[in-house]
Amino acid sequence: MISILTGFVAELRQVGIPVSMVESIDAARAVEHIPLADREALRHSLAACLVKSAHHLEAFDAAFDVYFARRPPLAEEAASEPGDISAGAGSGSAEADLDQMIAGLVGAVAEPDYEAMRAIARQAVGLLAGIVPGRPAGGRYYLYRVLSRLGAEDLPERLMAGHDLEGLEGAVLADEYRSRLDSFESMVEDEIRRRLVADRGREAVARTTRRQLLEDVDLSRAPRAEIARMERVVQPLARRLAARLAHRRRHLRKGRLDVRRTVRRSLSTGGLLADPQFKAPRISKPDIVLLCDISGSVATFAHFTMQLMYAMSSQFSRVRAFAFVDGVDEVTGFFTPGVDYHEAIARIGREADVVHLDGHSDYGNVLEQFTERYADAITPRTSVIVTGDGRNNYRAARGELLQQIAASARGVYWLNPEPTRFWDTGDSVMREYVPACRGVFEVRTLRQLEGFIEELAIAAATHRTSVKV
Amino acid sequence: MSDFASPIEVGDALKRVHYLPDPRISQVVYLAEHLQKPVLVEGPAGVGKTELAKALAEIYGRRLIRLQCYEGLDESKALYEWNYRKQLLRLQADEGADWATVEDDIFSESFLLERPLLEALRSPEPVVLLIDEVDRVEIETEALLLEVLADFQASIPELGTVQAVSRPLVILTSNNTRDLSDALKRRCLFLHIGYPELDREREILLTRVPDLPGQLAEQIAGVVRHLRQQPLRKAPSVSESIDWARTLLALGVEEVTEGVTTDTLHVLLKYQSDIDKVARELE
Repeated sequence: MISILTGFVAELRQVGIPVSMVESIDAARAVEHIPLADREALRHSLAACLVKSAHHLEAFDAAFDVYFARRPPLAEEAASEPGDISAGAGSGSAEADLDQMIAGLVGAVAEPDYEAMRAIARQAVGLLAGIVPGRPAGGRYYLYRVLSRLGAEDLPERLMAGHDLEGLEGAVLADEYRSRLDSFESMVEDEIRRRLVADRGREAVARTTRRQLLEDVDLSRAPRAEIARMERVVQPLARRLAARLAHRRRHLRKGRLDVRRTVRRSLSTGGLLADPQFKAPRISKPDIVLLCDISGSVATFAHFTMQLMYAMSSQFSRVRAFAFVDGVDEVTGFFTPGVDYHEAIARIGREADVVHLDGHSDYGNVLEQFTERYADAITPRTSVIVTGDGRNNYRAARGELLQQIAASARGVYWLNPEPTRFWDTGDSVMREYVPACRGVFEVRTLRQLEGFIEELAIAAATHRTSVKV
Repeated sequence: MSDFASPIEVGDALKRVHYLPDPRISQVVYLAEHLQKPVLVEGPAGVGKTELAKALAEIYGRRLIRLQCYEGLDESKALYEWNYRKQLLRLQADEGADWATVEDDIFSESFLLERPLLEALRSPEPVVLLIDEVDRVEIETEALLLEVLADFQASIPELGTVQAVSRPLVILTSNNTRDLSDALKRRCLFLHIGYPELDREREILLTRVPDLPGQLAEQIAGVVRHLRQQPLRKAPSVSESIDWARTLLALGVEEVTEGVTTDTLHVLLKYQSDIDKVARELE
C-alpha cells in the first residue's frame, strides 16, 4: 500500500499539485483508519489529506481513478471478452447487437437503473472500444470511440422524445437526463481505465490520462468543454488577484515624511522627534488600453484577456478596449458593470466593425486606423496592451506607428499566445513590433496571464520600469 | 476519545441533528477526529459550512466557541489581552509595594482576558472551535493561528506556553476570496463542500422545511439545479433554495410553474441582471 501511495503522490506532484512531506505522511496515517475495500472512503480521505485547493480536485480524481482502479470479479472478466465488432463493423448481426445495446441504454437511463447502466458500459467497452494491447493511446481516444459508436450525441433527444414537455419543466427533465448520461460516461471511462491499467500498468496510463490543471491549459488549443470550465474560474481568479494586489500595494512603500504629524507626536516625548510619521502613499492605478486581435486563431485568448481585465477593472483607473481583425473598433461600451460576459463577446461579434476589407488580420492597417481615430485614448499614463500572434498575412507591418503610440504612452506590452519559437516564422512579423514594446511576452495559460497583470499593476504603483512574467 | 466507530455513524448522528452530510463530509469529520487535525472547509457561500460546525458541536455534546474573522483581527481579539484597567487599579491599590511583587501580581491569571482561541485551549472539557471566514484576515494574522492549529498550544510572553487542557475539534471555514497560506493549509484536512446533488438537496429541503410536500421539494431542487447551470453572477445557494421553498409554501403554491418562478425569482437570485436574464429565458 505504501508503495502505491508513494507512486500516487509522485503522480500528483507531476500534475502540478503541491504535496508536502507532512501531507503525504498524513495520508499514510489516514489509510490506517479506513477499510481498504471501500474505494470512495479512500478517495475522500486521500483528497482531504493531499489536496488543499478546490480547483485541484479534478486532477486529483483523474489520478486517483488510475492508481486505484476498480477490479471486477474474475468471472466477469472472462465473460466480457468476446470478439471486437468495432474493427469489422458492417455485419448484420453486430449492427443489431449495437441497436439492442443502445435501446437497453435508453431504457436504463430513463428508469434510471444504474446497475444496468454499469453493465452496459462494461459490455460497450468490450465490444466497441477496440483496445489493442500495448498500444499507447490515451483513454480519451477510446472514450470518444465508444460514445460515438453508441450515438451518445443523439441520446438526449431520444430520451426527451417520449415526453411532450416545454419550457421550465422540459428544461429540468433535460438536466436530469444529462446528469444521468454524464454518470454513464464516467462509467465508460472507469471501465476503459481499468482495462488500460490491467494492460499497461499504472504509471503508463497515468501519463496519458493526466488532467492538466486549468491554469496551465494552453488557451489557444483548449477544446470547447475545457474553455467552458476555464471561464468559470476567471471570476474567482480575478477576485483573488485583486485581493492580492490590494494587499501588496498596502505594504509596498511608505509615503513621504509627514512633518506636521511628526512634530505633533514629538510633544509626548518632550520634543524629541522619536516617532516619524508618514503620509499615506498616493496609489497610482494604471490606465489601460487593450488592443485585441479577435481573428479566428487567437480569439479565445483575446476573450480571456478582456474578461480578466474587466473583472479587475477596479484595480485600474480606466480600461478601454478595442477589438480588431483588419479594421479596429472600440468595444468598451459592451462591458458595462453587471453585463453578462458572453453577451458582451456575442455583441462584439455582431456589432463591432472590425472587418475593413477581407477579414484577414492586417496589423498595419489596424495601427493606422487606431492612430487616426483613437489617438485621444493614449496619454502618458496609459499602458497599452496588445494581444495577438503578429501574423500579418504578408501585409505591411507599419512598426513605426506602434513606435509612435509607444512614444505618447507609458508603455506598450505585447502578449503573444504563440510559443516564442514560432515568432518571426512564416507571416509572423513580431520583430517589427518588438522595438516599440516595453515588454513582449509569450502568454498561453491563465497562470501566465495572471502573472502579467499582477506585475503590470504593481509596476505602475512603484514606477518600476520593467515587467517580468 | 473516539465517539463514533465509523463514518456512517458520524453521518447518522449528523442526520439526527438535521444536518444532511454527503459521504465525503462524514468521512473527513471521522478522519479529523482520528488524526486529531483541524478541518478547513471551503465552498461557495450558503452551502452549510458554518452549519456543519454547529451540528458537530451538537452531536459531540460539546460547547461551540466561535472566532469570527475580519480584516484587522489581531492577537488581542483572537488570543488574549491583559486587562489593563484592572492592572491600573491594582497598582493604585497597593502603592508602596516593591516592584517585583507587583509585577508578578499584575501579570497573573486574574488579569488575563481570554479570547476565543485561548478559551478553547483552556476549556477543561473538549469544545468545538469554529474559526469562521478565515480568508478575511491578512496573511500576517494567519501566522497567529498556526501554533494553535498544529500543536494546540499558544505562547504568552508573560506566562509561558499554554497547552491545551483537552483537544478541541477545530473547524475553519473559507469562502476562498483569497488563497490561504501553504503553512495554514498544510496543517489542516481539506473539505470542499459544493452544491448538493439533486437527491440530497431534496432531502435537505424536506428536513429544513418540515411541511413541504415531497413533490414540491423535487421540483424546487430540479429548478434550482437548472439555474445553477446557467452562467449567472451568483448562483442560488442551498440557503436560498430553502428560503424559496418557505416562500412557495407560504404562498400556498402546489406546483412550480414558469409564472410562479418568475414572480419569486428575487428570493433565489441576488443580482438584478441575473433576475432579468432568467426571467427572459422563462418567458
